[in-house]
Amino acid sequence: MIEIDRITKIYNGVPAVDAVTMTVESGTITVIVGTSGSGKTTLLRMINRLEEPTSGEVRINGESTLEIKPHLLRRRIGYAIQGHGLFPHHNVARNIGAVPTLLNWPKDKIRARVDELLTLFSMEPAEFRDRFPAELSGGQQQRVGVARALASRPDLLLMDEPFGALDPIIRARAQDDLRRIQRALGSTIVLVSHDMEEAIRLGDRVAVMDGGQLVQHGTPADIIANPATPFVADMVGDMERPLRLLSLVPLAEVVEDGGAPGAALPADGSLRDALSACLWTGRTAVPVEREGALIGRVTLETIRARAGLRA
Amino acid sequence: MAGARHGVSHPGVLFAVLGLAALLVPFMTLAANRIVAAEGVMAWSVAPAALTIPGLVALVLGLGLGLPAARPRLRLLGAVLGLGGLLWLLVQGASGLLDGAGDYARVSPALGVWCLLTIFMLSMTDALVQLAPGPLARGTLLAAVLAALAVILWSGALAPLSVLQEYASRKAAFADAALRHLALAFGSLATAALIGFPVGILCHRNRRLRGAILPVLSFLQTIPSLAMFGLMIPILGWIGDSVPGAQAFGIAGIGFAPAFLALVLYSLLPVVANTVAGLAAAPPASIEAARGMGMTSGQRLLRVELPMGLPILLTGLRIVLVQNIGLAVIAGLIGGGGFGTFVFQGLNQTATDLILLGALPSVALALISAIVMDILVELTRPQAARAA
Ligand SMILES: Nc1ncnc2c1ncn2[C@@H]1O[C@H](COP(=O)(O)OP(=O)(O)O)[C@@H](O)[C@H]1O
Ligand SMILES: [Mg+2]
Repeated sequence: MIEIDRITKIYNGVPAVDAVTMTVESGTITVIVGTSGSGKTTLLRMINRLEEPTSGEVRINGESTLEIKPHLLRRRIGYAIQGHGLFPHHNVARNIGAVPTLLNWPKDKIRARVDELLTLFSMEPAEFRDRFPAELSGGQQQRVGVARALASRPDLLLMDEPFGALDPIIRARAQDDLRRIQRALGSTIVLVSHDMEEAIRLGDRVAVMDGGQLVQHGTPADIIANPATPFVADMVGDMERPLRLLSLVPLAEVVEDGGAPGAALPADGSLRDALSACLWTGRTAVPVEREGALIGRVTLETIRARAGLRA
Repeated sequence: MAGARHGVSHPGVLFAVLGLAALLVPFMTLAANRIVAAEGVMAWSVAPAALTIPGLVALVLGLGLGLPAARPRLRLLGAVLGLGGLLWLLVQGASGLLDGAGDYARVSPALGVWCLLTIFMLSMTDALVQLAPGPLARGTLLAAVLAALAVILWSGALAPLSVLQEYASRKAAFADAALRHLALAFGSLATAALIGFPVGILCHRNRRLRGAILPVLSFLQTIPSLAMFGLMIPILGWIGDSVPGAQAFGIAGIGFAPAFLALVLYSLLPVVANTVAGLAAAPPASIEAARGMGMTSGQRLLRVELPMGLPILLTGLRIVLVQNIGLAVIAGLIGGGGFGTFVFQGLNQTATDLILLGALPSVALALISAIVMDILVELTRPQAARAA
């Protein structure tokens, strides 16, 4: 559990982060979202003390970070940034093994961990281990950057716009990957983004920053359904609110008995997927399947109801 | 690439035209003794026709092979053939011209030889640039050239040439000068590196220090070399006279110490500036990541900044080494020793051969150092960048 307690950073008399208090539960993803200059990066960097807070403190599992030497603290916290920051003169294996090397892990343990992580990120170890960053695609570089941040099994993973440099299609894949890996490893992640869509898609909790202040902290559904300020409402974007709501509802939750024509959608798809399937093919209902077996259908009526219900 | 570009190489045409023109000026000179004016001898008259024709053919053929633009290997071969022809004619002329010319007669290479030598070396460089051999191939090539040069000199085939006659009468002095020259150039390089690397690292970490130090070093660099060596005389002379024991260490207004100090001062800017530039070469995101993962500033320096900046650091050392080999010649003026001693003696006595005895090895040393350092710089490039 990470407790951020009235943390403040003042630059030249102006607060960049203003008395932010929030708690991050272990094993969850919290996305800090806000416009540029709202203090997200500063808040994130105060967690691993790349910036020293002007006042307030951060506690990790009850222990104040101020009591740990900064470089030792950082070895316990993964850190991934936009543009990945890989070392161009080290191959993939040395890049991923950087923190374990700092922690003096034995060589074979590092090697095994590198291979394990590459496999986890769907990169064949034998093929990628010895490549240099310049020999990877943008998406692969970014995955290696995240793998490096996870290498020493940190208590906490901090990510500053990690997908900012990726094009939209690779970006969606990278987000899904992160979600899958976070679930598999049970990691605690605090991620900074300026994109509300990314926050909703990835976050168990979303923290909205505006002018250095935390203006709302809650579940994605909460943020969409009850924006605390006009600023939050703006970020969510009123026009697309029904759509955003739909993207939060898995088909499994609303599936009903009965059949429907056409190709089936997987049960872990969202109502938004079902809506676009209906509109695209002109159907009024779509079949739903789980692991190849049909389990029922979702009708356009249900979709409408869910979109209107909480909108 | 081969076959993609037909036609003639433009530098090749230039070299061929210049090379043919160079054949029309005196190739060697013959003088009855060291004092009287020498007379020029054309390339085809340095020896009987039966002996000069093979050399002349090789020269012309060498120039011709330099023409096809798409065949760099052939152009390289042409340059080697041309150099071989040049050497052949020199050897024939060296012994042939002296035959029956009297005991004090002196024979020297003339304008034609120097022009052709330059042309074939440029042509060779041009072909090599096109071939872009790897560091290993370049090292092997350099070793082969040096070995050939050593064999030629050692065989005595060129011994009748006046510059080698000067050498023969000064063997001990030459060895001493060579050692001094190397000590001046490499010693000042090592000292400058010892001082410059730490200063560069401090400057990299501290912007204000950088702002204070780099202008001072730049200023030092702008002092003309003669003035710098001249300045050393009163300064070190004063230290030698007033600091007890200083003279025991050889500190005096003239000699090795002031020359050495001047060279070190000249070396500091390239070393410090390239250290700063090298350390700044690591991408900011990599530095941020290194900090974020918990590297201490020392670990960052050793694991990220230095390895990535090494090619730039070595480039600084290369600049210094080549520069100091040249400047060390001028150190001869204040008694610093080295090849400059011969150059300035020769200038005083208007003895061209003596000047050459100092100048030729200095030029060769500078060339060799430049090539070796370039190879080192390339070897320290990150592997991926080299492969790409
Ligand atoms: N080192 C610094 N010195 C002065 N001002 C800074 C510094 N870092 C950030 N700021 C200011 O703090 C505010 C928040 O910055 P930042 O945390 O980077 O915002 P975000 O990541 O949300 O874009 C901005 O107004 C920025 O100009
Ligand atoms: Mg930011």
